[in-house]
Amino acid sequence: MKVGVVTFPGSNCDYDSYTAVKHILEEEVEFLWHKSTDLAGSDLVILPGGFAYGDYLRAGAIARFSLIMEKVIKFAYSGGMVIGICNGFQVLTECGLLPGALMRNHHLRFSCKFVYLRVEDNTGRFTNACRKHEVLKIPIAHGEGNYFYHDDVVRALEENGQVAFRYVDRTGEVTDEANPNGSLNNIAGIVNREGNVLGMMPHPERAVESIIGSVDGLKVFESVRAACVQVAGAGGK
Amino acid sequence: MSDNKKVVVYVRLKDGVLDPQGVTIHKALIQMGYTDFVSVRSGRFFELEIDDSGGDIDRKIDEVCSKLLANPVIEKYVVEKA
Repeated sequence: MKVGVVTFPGSNCDYDSYTAVKHILEEEVEFLWHKSTDLAGSDLVILPGGFAYGDYLRAGAIARFSLIMEKVIKFAYSGGMVIGICNGFQVLTECGLLPGALMRNHHLRFSCKFVYLRVEDNTGRFTNACRKHEVLKIPIAHGEGNYFYHDDVVRALEENGQVAFRYVDRTGEVTDEANPNGSLNNIAGIVNREGNVLGMMPHPERAVESIIGSVDGLKVFESVRAACVQVAGAGGK
Repeated sequence: MSDNKKVVVYVRLKDGVLDPQGVTIHKALIQMGYTDFVSVRSGRFFELEIDDSGGDIDRKIDEVCSKLLANPVIEKYVVEKA
């Protein structure tokens, strides 16, 4: 598996993602500068957390027009795997690869803490290493993670099994108290209809070593690795 | 004298979309004793100066608003010509 981590001006979790892939997963990884137009043969592109272009205008609004994003969008439309984490999720909704919008947290505060996520579907490319309804402990760090869209679209997301992760309490129950930002239906992460693009507010790359509190984030990356092997086995790249 | 065209674009959240900032500002007003203020909705505006010699300016303004200045998923905009 070869992973490309995009660096926008203002990205600040690019090294976290790079480190998780290189030193924990021990896979090949490369930074992709925002002005580059080459994805360097990546099997997976990560749009990392941070404040791309200072989050000016709206989070992700300027980043989506950067040169590298043209390539990332083409890559995604041709079936390439893309994960947007936190600010990266905001970029993915702004550019239309994922539906909806991430609004200011309902309590207006920046929230930085461990949360519990329930894996809603474990058959996808990003969750196949998890058990169905497994509860993962992964940190969040955002001020604008309040997932919103019209009711009928959210209903369609639910029906299509596009909700990947939901905020829950430690026992796996969906509660208002477990929802850290006011997201509709406690949505923490979604995939596109085709299942090759994931956006999530929590940071799996920050939960890859027990010394930093959790290793549950590794399952997302291990799922992608398994999906890559499957593609290769099926005669793909 | 510049004969560039000037427009102001007002961007606000669509009706029905929760505006936590507006709610918080409203709560502050109530706390300050301004209890006759019933609600607050926040938004922002942009002043654009445009060389319109290239023509087709209304379409371009509309594109700029819907592609960049506003997020049509949650926001609406109004263009005011100066």
